[in-house]
Amino acid sequence: MSEAFTKSMARNIFIGGSLFFFLVFLALTFDSMGALPERDHRENITPAVVNGKMLWEENDCIGCHTLMGEGAYFAPELANVYDRFGKSKDAIKAFIASRPAEGIEGRRSMPQFNFSDKELDDIAEFLKWTSEINDAGWPPNIQG
Amino acid sequence: MQYQSQSVSKLYFIAAIGLFVGQILFGLIIGLQYVMGDFLFPEIPFNVARMVHTNLLIVWLLFGFMGAAYYMVPEESERELFSPKLAVALFWIFLVAGALTILGYLLVPYATLAKMTGNDLLPTMGREFLEQPTITKLGIVVVALGFLYNIGMTILTGRKTVVNIVMLTGLVGLAVFFLFSFYNPANLVLDKYYWWWTVHLWVEGVWELILGSILAFVLIKTTGVDREVIEKWLYIIIAMTLITGIIGTGHHYYWIGTPEYWQILGSVFSALEPIPFFMMTLFAFNMVNKRRKDHPNKAAVLWAMGTGVMAFLGAGLWGFIHTLAPVNYFTHGTQITAAHGHMAFYGAYVMIVLTMISYAMPHLRHGKPANSEKAQVIEMWSFWLMTVAIVFITLLLTGAGILQVWLQRAAEDPMPFMVAQEKIAFFYWAREAVGVIFLVGLVVYIASFFAGGEPKEEASS
Repeated sequence: MSEAFTKSMARNIFIGGSLFFFLVFLALTFDSMGALPERDHRENITPAVVNGKMLWEENDCIGCHTLMGEGAYFAPELANVYDRFGKSKDAIKAFIASRPAEGIEGRRSMPQFNFSDKELDDIAEFLKWTSEINDAGWPPNIQG
Repeated sequence: MQYQSQSVSKLYFIAAIGLFVGQILFGLIIGLQYVMGDFLFPEIPFNVARMVHTNLLIVWLLFGFMGAAYYMVPEESERELFSPKLAVALFWIFLVAGALTILGYLLVPYATLAKMTGNDLLPTMGREFLEQPTITKLGIVVVALGFLYNIGMTILTGRKTVVNIVMLTGLVGLAVFFLFSFYNPANLVLDKYYWWWTVHLWVEGVWELILGSILAFVLIKTTGVDREVIEKWLYIIIAMTLITGIIGTGHHYYWIGTPEYWQILGSVFSALEPIPFFMMTLFAFNMVNKRRKDHPNKAAVLWAMGTGVMAFLGAGLWGFIHTLAPVNYFTHGTQITAAHGHMAFYGAYVMIVLTMISYAMPHLRHGKPANSEKAQVIEMWSFWLMTVAIVFITLLLTGAGILQVWLQRAAEDPMPFMVAQEKIAFFYWAREAVGVIFLVGLVVYIASFFAGGEPKEEASS
């Protein structure tokens, strides 16, 4: 780099640039927070949805599945599973409840979690609520 | 080694390498589970093995960063470490806490671990990469604070250089942004939004400051180029990192319920994110070309140059190929992401830690600047084995990803996820085979520490 460009100029670009863009990021975050209630319809977050998310987390579902494209890529996307299963919570519950404890030979298998009916219901409610978030039209199709 | 207290870094480096082995073994397990779905099921289901794979990576890189800091900072500050005893104590605390967490993952079901550790009091578990029990997260904060105190006091009471100030800034950022891992609202969109403040602002933000300062330190030592020149490069590289990378967080805000303007902001700024990595490549090669001495540790110089190239390819180029919103619409959450993740982490963070270990270990073990010729040749073999393996793993996962996108998302009659997965199984088998070559490379790497021979002296320039 040329001599005219000094170390203190480089330092000032670092400090000024980082600070400026961090403040812009905070401003954008503030704006996003204002826009979110319209998009995440948080008024529908019932106690069942809250508990469903807790169950989702405490069983590490994200360790195999993606949810809105984030997570592991071992098992299907679940942000739209409610739609893929014909908008049926019962279908979601039946699928989770019917996983064989020893798995399916030779195939990727989902563990049997022995959820109660209430717990299955809460998970299904959480997935239903998630499917209704306005996520800019992702995924491209029903297969996730 | 100029200061006695630098020797604590050796503990950290040994632990880092040990955990690296564990990470790769679990990587091979999950790679196999991709094609033999029932492998180790139900004893070690995929999610558990993956958690071990990713968490071990994070933990051993943190060990590497801390070891690097303990080695660099006394030399840069021209004084002994503030408290070597604290550094040793924190090492054992971190190692035991890490080991217990991994054992917890493996020995009891995750939901039981959540119950045992009181996750309902402050729920933070079950989110990707932040799966650690809340109590482990608190432990990480304690270790980080103790570590920062130790490093901070050493720097503030000693010589302040750009290298150690940038290191300290990166480490403080690491600790600060980790705090967002404790924020886990019931609203999934908010949860995801701030989850990225830990994950993205770490790996595409403050970790790059740590990377830059380690690279600068090793280049100053091995090339003899004037510190002024190197420090100017360092500033401009990290400036570009944060100028592009902070708003670049937007490339994670396309499809999680956040406003659509992030598609434009995220695309523009993250398209610029390869610039600092490209500059890092130029930096490493330029400094080596302008070297004023031929350092006897050729392996360390190779790792340093390799970091520049592979960080650019993995983090820069492979990030760019799927970062524009219209492309990401189709590639989001596919094997393309996995391909990028593997080469980016290896090229940027694995390689910089191995660069530092390569530079520091001969000093720590023999009090000499370089290992024997024989040990270096073996180490350089391991460099090529692991690096070529990660390139092929990345190419194979990219192939898998392109087909996955086509079959599952772009073709006229899209296939269900599992059907598409079976069609691309060949790529997973090939990736697993190359994974074994990576493991061979890692074994060769460890063997290089036992090669013996006469350590080399500083060449008279």
